[in-house]
Amino acid sequence: MTQHWIDIKNANAVLIMGSNAAEHHPISFKWVMKAKEAGAAVIHVDPKFSRTSARSDLHVPLRSGTDIAFLGGMVKYILEKDLIQKEYVTEYTNASFILGDDYKFEDGLFSGFDPEKKKYDQKKWAFAKDENGVSKRDKTLQDPRCVYQLLKKHYERYDLDTVSSITGVSKENLLKVYEVYSATGKPDKAGTIMYALGWTQHSVGVQNIRLGAMVQLLLGNIGIAGGGVNALRGEPNVQGSTDHALLWHIIPGYNNTPTTAWPTLDDYLKANTPVTKDPKSVNWWQNRPKYVVSLLKGWFGDNATPENGFCYDLLPKLEPGVKYSSMFMFDRMYAGKMKGGIMFGHNPAMSFPNTHKVRAALQKLDWLVMGEVHDTETCSFWRGPGVDPKKVQTEVFLLPSCQRGEKDGTTSNSGRWHQWHHKGYEPLGQSKSMGWIVVEIMKKVRALYEKEKGTFPEGILTHDWIKEYDAEEMAMRINGRFTKDVTIKDKTYKKGDHVPSFPSLQADGSTSSLNWLYCGCYPEPGKNLAKRRDHTQTPMQAKIGLFPNYTWAWPVNRRIIYNRASVDVNGKPFNPALPVIAWEDGKWIGDIPDGPAPPMAMEKGVYPFIMHTEGHAQLFGPGRVDGPFPEHYEPVETPVTKNPFSSQLSNPCVDLFSSDKDVYTKPGDPNFPIVLTTYSMTEHWCGGGDTRNTPYLLEAEPQLYVEMSHELAGEKGIKNGDPVIVESARGKVEAIAMVTVRITPFTVQGKTVHLIGMPFCFGWTTPGVGDATNRLLPSVGEPNVTIPEYKACLVNIRKADKVKELAI
Amino acid sequence: MPKTILIDTTRCTACRGCQVACKQWHGHEAVPTKQTGTHQNPPDLTPNNFKLVRFSEQKIDGRVWWLFFPEQCRHCLQPACKATSDNYVDGAIVQDEATGIVVCTEKTKELTAEQCTEIIDACPYNIPRRNDKTGELTKCDMCIDRVKAGLVPMCVKSCCTGAMNFGEREDMLKLAEQRLAKIKGEFPKSDFEAMVWCDVSQTCSMLDQDDLNVIYLLALPREMYHKFARKESKPLNRADFLATLTQPLRSIMG
Repeated sequence: MTQHWIDIKNANAVLIMGSNAAEHHPISFKWVMKAKEAGAAVIHVDPKFSRTSARSDLHVPLRSGTDIAFLGGMVKYILEKDLIQKEYVTEYTNASFILGDDYKFEDGLFSGFDPEKKKYDQKKWAFAKDENGVSKRDKTLQDPRCVYQLLKKHYERYDLDTVSSITGVSKENLLKVYEVYSATGKPDKAGTIMYALGWTQHSVGVQNIRLGAMVQLLLGNIGIAGGGVNALRGEPNVQGSTDHALLWHIIPGYNNTPTTAWPTLDDYLKANTPVTKDPKSVNWWQNRPKYVVSLLKGWFGDNATPENGFCYDLLPKLEPGVKYSSMFMFDRMYAGKMKGGIMFGHNPAMSFPNTHKVRAALQKLDWLVMGEVHDTETCSFWRGPGVDPKKVQTEVFLLPSCQRGEKDGTTSNSGRWHQWHHKGYEPLGQSKSMGWIVVEIMKKVRALYEKEKGTFPEGILTHDWIKEYDAEEMAMRINGRFTKDVTIKDKTYKKGDHVPSFPSLQADGSTSSLNWLYCGCYPEPGKNLAKRRDHTQTPMQAKIGLFPNYTWAWPVNRRIIYNRASVDVNGKPFNPALPVIAWEDGKWIGDIPDGPAPPMAMEKGVYPFIMHTEGHAQLFGPGRVDGPFPEHYEPVETPVTKNPFSSQLSNPCVDLFSSDKDVYTKPGDPNFPIVLTTYSMTEHWCGGGDTRNTPYLLEAEPQLYVEMSHELAGEKGIKNGDPVIVESARGKVEAIAMVTVRITPFTVQGKTVHLIGMPFCFGWTTPGVGDATNRLLPSVGEPNVTIPEYKACLVNIRKADKVKELAI
Repeated sequence: MPKTILIDTTRCTACRGCQVACKQWHGHEAVPTKQTGTHQNPPDLTPNNFKLVRFSEQKIDGRVWWLFFPEQCRHCLQPACKATSDNYVDGAIVQDEATGIVVCTEKTKELTAEQCTEIIDACPYNIPRRNDKTGELTKCDMCIDRVKAGLVPMCVKSCCTGAMNFGEREDMLKLAEQRLAKIKGEFPKSDFEAMVWCDVSQTCSMLDQDDLNVIYLLALPREMYHKFARKESKPLNRADFLATLTQPLRSIMG
C-alpha cells in the first residue's frame, strides 16, 4: 500500500477492483464502512457479486481478464473530458516528458519486439535528452511526442462501445463508474483503489496495476490522504516476505539478485545504481551501494572487507535471462533436474496451477523436507489419490512447525507497519518456529562442512551465522549496527551501536543492516519500535488518522508514501481539510515527508517521486518488459478469438511451458466454452492447510463448490446442490453446484459467455471435501513476475452421475 | 438497566466472525456439515450454534441483493419461552434482573422433549434448540458470564464493521434511531451519488424494538431476510404475554 488501512476512511470514492476485500480482508471493511458513512461512493468491479458487492453502492460485473479494457476506457474518459488534476499531472508525473524517435506502438505491439525471443528491446522506449543529458519536457503538454499526447492516442481506441463489447459491462455501468470515480480528480477530492489477486493473477497482472496507478496519477490521487494504490496483503505476510525478499529475483530491500553478468561487486553496483543529471531529482537509488554493502556486512560480518568485495563473490548468481520462479522451478523438477528441496508453509500440491504436474514433479525428487503446522497435500503427495507409495522413491521429512501464536516475531501489514507479535503460549509437542529450524539445520550443515570441507565450503562457512535463533536479535540485525566507531555529522557512534536510520548507512563497511528499508525500526537497544502501541498524534495528524506512534512503518516511519505529491509546488496541501504534510515556517509538519528538502518550487526543492531516477511518477513506464503503456490482451485461454484493439490476441511476452503436462486450450474452443475464475473465501486461507484443520471453519465452509448463474445451470440441467464435474484440458474436478443470482452471463462481442467461479482451498487430506481446483488451471506466467494466470481459463461443466472426491 | 445488542445489518459483511467466536467462547463442538448450494452453514441453529449468519439472495429489477442476517436469541423483554417453561419447571429458563438477559439453565434437562417443543413453538423467532443427547434446551445467553465481568458479548467483540453493537438499552435505542434516520435521510445526496446509491429510505426498518433486547436494523422488508426475522405471531404486547400464561393449561385440556 502507498497508504495504510485507516487512511481508507479519508476517501471520497473507493474503487474495489481485483479484490473481494470484505471476504479476504474483513478488517479493511471497517474503514471502507467509515468512508461510506462519511459519504464516499463504494464501487466494486468484479466478475462475481460477493460479500464485498453486498456492502458496496454499486457492483459492476466484469468478464475476468478485461480490467485493462475497462480502465483504458476510464483513461480515455478522463482525458477527453479533461478531468485530470492539471498541476499534479504536469509537475509530478512524466506527462510532459518527450519520447525519443524509436518509440512506436502499432497494432498491439510496441517498438523493439523480437517475436522469436518474445522479448522487447526496452531501449527503444527511452526519453529524448537535451544537451545536458536531462530528459526533454514540454510542460504545455502539446508536443505530439510527449507522454500526455501519446497516452491520449494510445487509449483513443478504448471507446465505450468497444470496451463494453469486450468486457461484458453495460455502457451505462461503465459511465457510472467513470463519472463517479473521475470526480476525485479535483484537488480536494480523493479516490482510493483497493486491489489484490484479482488484478495480479493474470497474464497482464503487472500492467493491470500499472493502469490503476496511472488512473490515480491522472486524478492526482497518489500521496494524498484517502488516495493511493493499495495492494491488500493478508495473513501470509506478503508485505514482509516481499520486503525481506522471499523471492528469487531480489535480495532484501528490493535489490536485484546478482547474476553472472555482474561477477564483481563493482559490476553489480555500477549496473544497479542509477545516475541522473537533473539536480532536482533525488534519485534515491543512488544510495544503493550503501544498502547492498550494509546487507553484505549483515550476512558475512567481519569476514566482509573492502578488499574481498564484502564477500559478494560468495553469493550464488543467476544466469541472466533465466527465470527461477516457482512455475519454472516445478517445470525443472518435473524434468528431473532437481534432487531435493525444503519447503516451509507452502502447499504447492494444492495452490499451484496445473497441480497434476506439481504432484508428478514432487515424485521425481530424492528428498523433500517440509516445515508445516499440519499435514498437507504436499507433505503427503506420496500417498495422494492415484499414487502408489511403494513406487515413490522420494524420502519426505515433515518437521513440525509451531503456529504464529506460539512464537515472537513481526508481521508487516499492508500499510507497511512493522508490528511485533508476542508469543501467546508454548509450542505444542515438539513443534518449533521456522527461524529455529533454519538456524539449527544450518548449524549442522556448517559443522559437516567444517569437518569434511566438500565443494565450495567458504560459501557456507563465511557467513556470520546466528548461534541461537532469537526474534529480537534478528530484528536488531535487520535494523543494523555500526561495525566500528564512526562519526557522522558531529555524532559519534561506537562499534555495536544500532544505526539510527538508513541515511546513516555507509558503503565502506562501517555499517551492517539486513534490510535498509527497516533501518530505524530498532534505533537503540531496548527500543523496538515495532512494539509501540501509542495512540498519540498531533491535531493535524488526527485529521487523517495517521497514528505515527503506533508500531513503526517503513520507510523511516512514513505512513503515506510519495506524500510530497500531496502538496503544490509551494508546499501547500492540495486538500487543506485533510493535509498529509505541509511546509510551515521553513519546515515540514504532519507525516514524515519524502525527504527533508524544501518544496519543489523553492531553491533546493526536489521532485516528489524520489524513487524514480527522473523524480516523476511514470505514466509512461519503460521499466516493464511487456510495454510502457498497458494494453488489453486476452487471457491465454479465452472464449474470444479477436481482440478488438489489435491483432495481438494475448500478451506477446507471456511465459508458457512445453512439458507433456502443459496443455493449453486454444481461444474459442467449443469444447471448453466457459470461463473459470478461482478465488479464496473468508473462512479458508490459501490452500486450506490450516483452516481445513480448524473444525469451526470447516463447519462453515465444508466442501468444494462452483458458483454459476441460473442461466448456465438451466442450459446444463444442473440444480442447486447437485454434484458436478468441471473439466479443462488438464483434468477434472468434482464440486457442488451453487446456482446463484450473484453470477450473471456476459454478453461479449454479441455472444453469451458464461463464467463460473471456484475456491481453491479444498484438498484430499481432509476426507470428502473435494480436491484441488488448481488441477484445472494452466501454467501461464505473467512476463514481468511470472505470477500464474489463476483468474481466467477455459473449462466445461456437467452434472455428475457419481462422485468420489466429495462425501454426499 | 437492561443490556441491548443492536445488529445493524446494513453494515454486516457476513464474515461470520460472530458465528465462530460464539462457538469458541462457549466451547461448542463443531457440527458436521455438507455443502448444499448455499454459504449458510450449518443450515440452522443447533445446540452447538447459538449464532448463525443467514444468507438470502434476490434479484429485483436487475439489482442483486445479498442479505445477511446474523441470527440469535432476541432476549425478549417478556420472554414467551420463559413464561411457557415456568409452567413446567421453575427456573429452567430465567431472566437476569440486572441485564434482562434470558438464560436457559441446566434445569431445562428436567423438561420433557414435548415440553421443549412447546417452548420452541412459543418463541416467535424459533430460537431455542433441544440437545437430544443431554436433554438440555439451549440458546444464546448473550455471554452473560462476560457481561457480568464487564466485557461485551463475544459476537460483538469479534465484529469489525460496526454491525454488532452492545450497551445500555437506552443508548442502543438511540444509536438505532440515529442510524435509521441517517439511512432514511441520505437519499439522494447529490446527482452523482444518486446514480450509484440505492434508495432504501422507504424500506429500512427496525425489528420489534419495543419488545426486544436484541434489535435488528434492516434495509429491506423483513420477509426478504429470513422467515422468522419477523414474529410469526402478532407482536407480543403485555396482553399477549399474559395470554401465554394460560396457554399450557389449554394445551393440557386439549
